[in-house]
Amino acid sequence: MAAVSLTVNGKPVTADVDPRTLLVQLLRENLRLTGTHVGCDTSQCGACVVHVDGKAIKSCTVLALRLEGANVLTIEGLAPSETQLHPMQEAFRENHGLQCGYCTPGMIMTAVDMVRRKGNDLDDHTIREELEGNICRCTGYHNIVKAIAAGAKAMRGASASKAAE
Amino acid sequence: MSGTGIGAAVRRKEDQRFITGKGHYTDDINRPGQTYAYFLRSPHAHATIKSIDVKAASGMPGVLAVLTGTELAADKIGNLICGWMIHSKDGSPMKMAAHPALATGKACHVGDAVAVVIAETLAQARDAAEKVKIDYAVLPAVADPAMAQKLGAPQIHDVAANNTIYQWHLGDPKAVEAAFKSAKHVTKLDIVNNRLVPNAIEPRAAIGDYDSGTGAFTLWNTTQNPHVARLVIAAFVGMAPEHKLRVIAPDVGGGFGSKIFIYPEEVVALWASKRVGRPVKWVCDRSEAFLADAHGRDHVTHAEMAFDGDGKITALRAKTIANLGAYMSTFSSSVPTYLYATLLSGQYEIPQIYCDVDAVYTNTVPVDAYRGAGRPEATFVVERLVEVGAREMGQDPAELRRKNFVKKFPHQTPVIMAYDAGDYNASLRKAMEIADVKGIGKRKRESARNGKLRGIGFSTYIEACGIAPSQAVGSLGAGVGLWESAEVRVNPTGSVEVLTGSHAHGQGHETTFAQLVSERLGIPIDNVSIVHGDTDKVQFGMGTYGSRSGAVGMSAIVKALDKIEAKAKKVAAYMLEAAEGDIEFKDGKFSIAGTDKSAAWGDVSLNAYIAHKFSGQELEPGLKEGAFYDPTNFTFPAGCHICEVEVDVETGNTEVVAWTAVDDFGVLINPMIVEGQVHGGIAQGVGQALYEGAVYDKDGQLVTGSFMDYAMPRADYFPLLNVDTTVTKCPSNPLGIKGCGEAGAIAAPAAVINAITDAIGTESIAMPATPAAVWAALKKSNKLPQAA
Repeated sequence: MAAVSLTVNGKPVTADVDPRTLLVQLLRENLRLTGTHVGCDTSQCGACVVHVDGKAIKSCTVLALRLEGANVLTIEGLAPSETQLHPMQEAFRENHGLQCGYCTPGMIMTAVDMVRRKGNDLDDHTIREELEGNICRCTGYHNIVKAIAAGAKAMRGASASKAAE
Repeated sequence: MSGTGIGAAVRRKEDQRFITGKGHYTDDINRPGQTYAYFLRSPHAHATIKSIDVKAASGMPGVLAVLTGTELAADKIGNLICGWMIHSKDGSPMKMAAHPALATGKACHVGDAVAVVIAETLAQARDAAEKVKIDYAVLPAVADPAMAQKLGAPQIHDVAANNTIYQWHLGDPKAVEAAFKSAKHVTKLDIVNNRLVPNAIEPRAAIGDYDSGTGAFTLWNTTQNPHVARLVIAAFVGMAPEHKLRVIAPDVGGGFGSKIFIYPEEVVALWASKRVGRPVKWVCDRSEAFLADAHGRDHVTHAEMAFDGDGKITALRAKTIANLGAYMSTFSSSVPTYLYATLLSGQYEIPQIYCDVDAVYTNTVPVDAYRGAGRPEATFVVERLVEVGAREMGQDPAELRRKNFVKKFPHQTPVIMAYDAGDYNASLRKAMEIADVKGIGKRKRESARNGKLRGIGFSTYIEACGIAPSQAVGSLGAGVGLWESAEVRVNPTGSVEVLTGSHAHGQGHETTFAQLVSERLGIPIDNVSIVHGDTDKVQFGMGTYGSRSGAVGMSAIVKALDKIEAKAKKVAAYMLEAAEGDIEFKDGKFSIAGTDKSAAWGDVSLNAYIAHKFSGQELEPGLKEGAFYDPTNFTFPAGCHICEVEVDVETGNTEVVAWTAVDDFGVLINPMIVEGQVHGGIAQGVGQALYEGAVYDKDGQLVTGSFMDYAMPRADYFPLLNVDTTVTKCPSNPLGIKGCGEAGAIAAPAAVINAITDAIGTESIAMPATPAAVWAALKKSNKLPQAA
């Protein structure tokens, strides 16, 4: 066993883990943050996407011990408060961008990162290309694409109003 | 219609938890003292298990038990069963081989569970599994259904000579033969309906928990039908009496049929929890799921369609070999028979139909229902025959369809089904307008200028949903009734809980079912909760599959609501001091007809419980009613899907450039959710047509055993999907609902292949129509075009 200290959703955590523990296992089993899901074992499905130091990564593909000092954001930490959703979360609900909900946390975390990298005006083609690493079996992606386009626009509004505060 | 009632695109109540990471899936649950199961699976397709040495593994750190089929048999744990009896045409019953939860004697497919390690942690279980020594003697294997019955093929189960499970048929072969003899034109096709892996994104999982104090088991399980799981595990597997087994299906991450069935792993989790005296958790890996979840489709078919001189279809016949894999899964026998051949009339008036089906064992993962289950296979046969027939006779494919459509209802087909309502021409016409079929010539020329071949394909499908009238399916061999149950509990403050035997795993029942209650009782949708997925809460239910939860599950709620209204009127009559017959209920208010005296919903519900306005002799207190609803017919969703593709001549790559769907699902409860269901179905159908295919090599190894090798459809494989509807009400249920869950997957494959064959000018293309397959077909047909 070995210790690792990192920040998860703004809170400092220290865990004692088997060296083979993956980040997703640390999140799900040690920290009981079960919103991050495991849908495959070949880094294909993207159900486990979280942000590490602001960038989207697949948490099934990184060892927990590699994350000493890192800042991790999961779906549980995305909303600004208990009563307020992140604009991308709101967009997924508004556009029926989810059905069974299993791929959804990974989709939302990927989408937020997509906006960071590609901006707030995302066309259909860009969104579809950028979703290469996220598999959904329920929605046919149609409403996910709509949700991400709407969420990206709403994020501009949200960051503008935040700046004005 | 109120803002949250029937027909409103209400945003889903269940979404809050899913978008915030607060969903509650089986793998999210941990039980105190929980241990972990890891299965050892056969690496061979067919092998005698000579010995299993568990000694070294048993001594590994953290190991609590290493169990095999020997212990399973010693504890008298029964076999898994197939619950639908099919008789062969000679009258003999299907040949169901024993299916123990852990293989004994021999393993029959790669992935067959042979032993299980139970340990303190999953890592310890995995480590110990490496120390289990299993001595296999490898036997010859067969994976291809077309080869399974051939002379010299390896014999998989003693009970089934030539690996043949049944030889079933439907229809009148002599009448069909006569019709073919007098036909003016006959279209013939050889079709392989490719084998698919369902791949719900949540892998299956199970937690078994035995309480020695009460002698009761609890199973948390990724199931679409918790009560059926309990029934089978109690009555057939014999784990525990039904009242000593609770099955909980929490949030379930997609099913598509694959989570209907009763699997070995949940049986073992329960059994092992009693053995080790601790809860046992098993979570499937994705690559393991490829070898452990029931696959879908896998038909080899020769089909023929006879036409008269006017292009009217006079007969259809099909000979199908259906691969059921190494064991008969829970409902496997029904899929290539009563869910397939009964739909071979399509949307057409076909006087004579004959279908002959051989179901075979092979050394592959068991095959069972997957989204559409038999109906996609039937639609593919019919819609390919009609399309190819039109092309061969030089007729317009849409016109030929129109000419043959069933136009008068009810319509009795020669293959059991009695279509109750529809307007097939309406959906075809609307789809053709939206898809701008008139402009296809111009678009084809534009594509040609870019060195591409454009094609258009129709699929005017029909399906039988709302599964199903119990008496009818019983007469066809079903071991269960297919009604649904509902219980409506009104609380004193007027809020309502609905307990349903349906189970949602993405379909949004918590919203649509609440819409029904909101509309009917005139209360806010937020005052309604839908309870499902727990056998301790819901008394019994048949679960969700076969697009049945709207047509059957909601009908049961309507029936219970009728009783609630009747009882509430009695309460209101006492409150308002009026005759019960004078009480009217509208918009959440009970009033005396013709007066302004009324009582609000919440006052009536409170009075039902405080019981101050009536005596116990006059009326029973409380407001809670239950109902079982057994449908009187299947429902028949139908519609027209039009696919447009562009084929790149250089690479053979097919791009779906436009998709139009016009479906008739009867009355829609929530159009937003319906559209979502259609989108998802289309994606799975396009996946089957262009990308997905489970491939076994000649030794029975699954070559496509992970997301690296099996092409799951991705976001950039699709255009925007143009989804619309027409409506004819379903006459057989109170809401007029037909069901929408499977339509896309049923309609899509034929539309795609009809479009590709239109583009490339040759009919000989198999699914999945990969770039390599399309390029080879082009090359073989010598129809590579001259670039304009």
